[in-house]
Amino acid sequence: MDATTILKNAFDKQNSNSTKLGAFHAENWNNFSAWGLPAIKHEEWKYTRIRNVFNDKMIVNNASGLDAAGVQQYLLPGQLAKNAIVFINGVFDASLSSIAEAEGTLVVKPLATAAEDEDAEFVKTNLGHSQRYHQDGINALNAAFAAGGVYIKVKKGKKVEHPVVIYHITDASVGFIFSQPRVLVNAEQASEVIILETYKKIGNDDSLTNEVIEICAAQDSIVNYIKIQDEGKGANHTGTTHIRQLAKCVTHAVTLTLSGNIVRNNLNMVMEAANSESHMYGLYLLNGETLADNHTIVDNQQPNCLSNELYKGIMDEKSTGVFNGKIFVRQDAQKTNAYQSNKNILIGDSASANTKPQLEIFADDVKCSHGCTIGKLDQDAMFYLKARGISEQNARALLLHAFAVDILDQIKDEEIRTYADQLISARLSYHF
Amino acid sequence: MLKIENLQARIEEKEILKGINLDIKPGEIHAIMGPNGSGKSTLASVLAGREDYEVTGGSVDFMGKDLLEMAPEDRAKEGLFLAFQYPVEIPGVSTTNFIKAAVNEKRKYQGLEALDAAQFLKIMKEKMKMVEINQSLLSRTLNEGFSGGEKKRNEIFQMAMLEPKLAILDETDSGLDIDALRIVANGVNQLRSKDNAFLVVTHYQRLLDYIVPDFVHVLYNGRIVRSGTKELALELEEKGYDFIKAEVEAANA
Repeated sequence: MDATTILKNAFDKQNSNSTKLGAFHAENWNNFSAWGLPAIKHEEWKYTRIRNVFNDKMIVNNASGLDAAGVQQYLLPGQLAKNAIVFINGVFDASLSSIAEAEGTLVVKPLATAAEDEDAEFVKTNLGHSQRYHQDGINALNAAFAAGGVYIKVKKGKKVEHPVVIYHITDASVGFIFSQPRVLVNAEQASEVIILETYKKIGNDDSLTNEVIEICAAQDSIVNYIKIQDEGKGANHTGTTHIRQLAKCVTHAVTLTLSGNIVRNNLNMVMEAANSESHMYGLYLLNGETLADNHTIVDNQQPNCLSNELYKGIMDEKSTGVFNGKIFVRQDAQKTNAYQSNKNILIGDSASANTKPQLEIFADDVKCSHGCTIGKLDQDAMFYLKARGISEQNARALLLHAFAVDILDQIKDEEIRTYADQLISARLSYHF
Repeated sequence: MLKIENLQARIEEKEILKGINLDIKPGEIHAIMGPNGSGKSTLASVLAGREDYEVTGGSVDFMGKDLLEMAPEDRAKEGLFLAFQYPVEIPGVSTTNFIKAAVNEKRKYQGLEALDAAQFLKIMKEKMKMVEINQSLLSRTLNEGFSGGEKKRNEIFQMAMLEPKLAILDETDSGLDIDALRIVANGVNQLRSKDNAFLVVTHYQRLLDYIVPDFVHVLYNGRIVRSGTKELALELEEKGYDFIKAEVEAANA
């Protein structure tokens, strides 16, 4: 069976037992069928051969034998286990999830349920908004299987005490697992939340996770989003994080990619209201043959907004880093301040970096800047450290950690920052 | 301690050192003086192992070992220290962590246990006092935004922490006001012992009022053209470098 037949069979099987999302599924399945999987001649997928990842051994939406005790070992310690939303092979599992936060603050339920209850209107209006920015088969394919997703609501005026941590566990112990998590977040007026997404592949086979998370930030809300990918060799990922600012608010995203085979991250900041603020930070720290491709879009639609973006990459061995940063400033978006920067360090002789800023500005009174660099480690700094007796390896670790720390510092939650720093320090053999 | 014989070095195609001979014994302070472009800083860099320079001839023996065969980090661990003319700013690296890493790597090399946080802090406090540097400077990232004087004091502080056998001060006096100069010189004088040695590279005699050398050498055009005692520095101060140049050219004529 080829990949398309496998997907079709899976689609037929699930669509029959879904109701309210049925039309959404069908529409997107049709889109997927029409658009197909992006080839590298597709400008947005130039460096990322995602088609090759789809194969005739793919297993879709396979149940796993993991129970609560089995899942427990993959949760992060302390407060990061308090609000744990667990996906197994791309499907939200309410029984394995646990929410410490009061229901008056945080609501977590299956997306299929939200599509039928008092949140139905919200779901109908907002689900699938990201497709306006990604008209490709990858996004549509996820949407065709959205019923397995989760709906998260942060209630009006409430601040979620502990980070909401979404654990994506892929159990690839029986074969190549294709999972498609879907998340819809409703951050209501004046709410505040930290959302962390982490990914864990278990088992020896490879995997592909194709995710879409759509976050709607209402008036005066503060949304902090962190994505940490360290799934290891054999894990492929295509993910879209779509953040809509419905009214004046502040949104902040940090994306860390530390390992994997092919990793594609789309991040959209859709700034629909005046006087808003958005921040996008990213670090890709790569080795082996990992390819990490970060595509970001900032869409400034209204006046007096600030968007700030800094992505940094460290490429060792045969790894490849790709950064593509689009900034739209629409005609009404006067007095926009939009900043973008991408800095890369190549360590491996066979490593490569591709960086492309893309600014499309239709307003005339704006301040926009962009810059990108690709370089090696600063040799003067290396010599200075070595002249103090610090070994080549430690000197390199000190400098690379220092390079990465700008991004780490952007993670406001201390426990998440410490966790991320541990991962990065371990990778760099940084132990000071 | 350090024996340099007929040392020659170049950067790219340019010959800079054309046969340096120098013998430094424990307890001694040697000053290298000379006009701009004479090769003073090149000599300091070559001794510390900067890879931009290619050694084309000669030898350097450092306490019985072939210095030129050693990587820069091993030279440091063997007890060589270079106080940089232009200390590098390294954003994101904490000064304290950096010094701790350096001290502990050296200790490891010597077969000693790494210092724990408390021991390290104790030694650091002691040395901070010695070179009159305060904590706020050390809490910042390495040399970032430091003034010229602060950078040089940080160099001397690192020297105090690492307790080298041979310290090379590369124009440590440049860009220092008189107070900073005094502080730096005090640091050096306190670290001075019968077991260590200093090579002070300077353009001006001024620093030598505070760090009194046993020997003064004049470097010109890649060679040491005159050696003497501290009085030679005073003579240079009085007459300028022109008389040396004239002497050399007369001898070559």
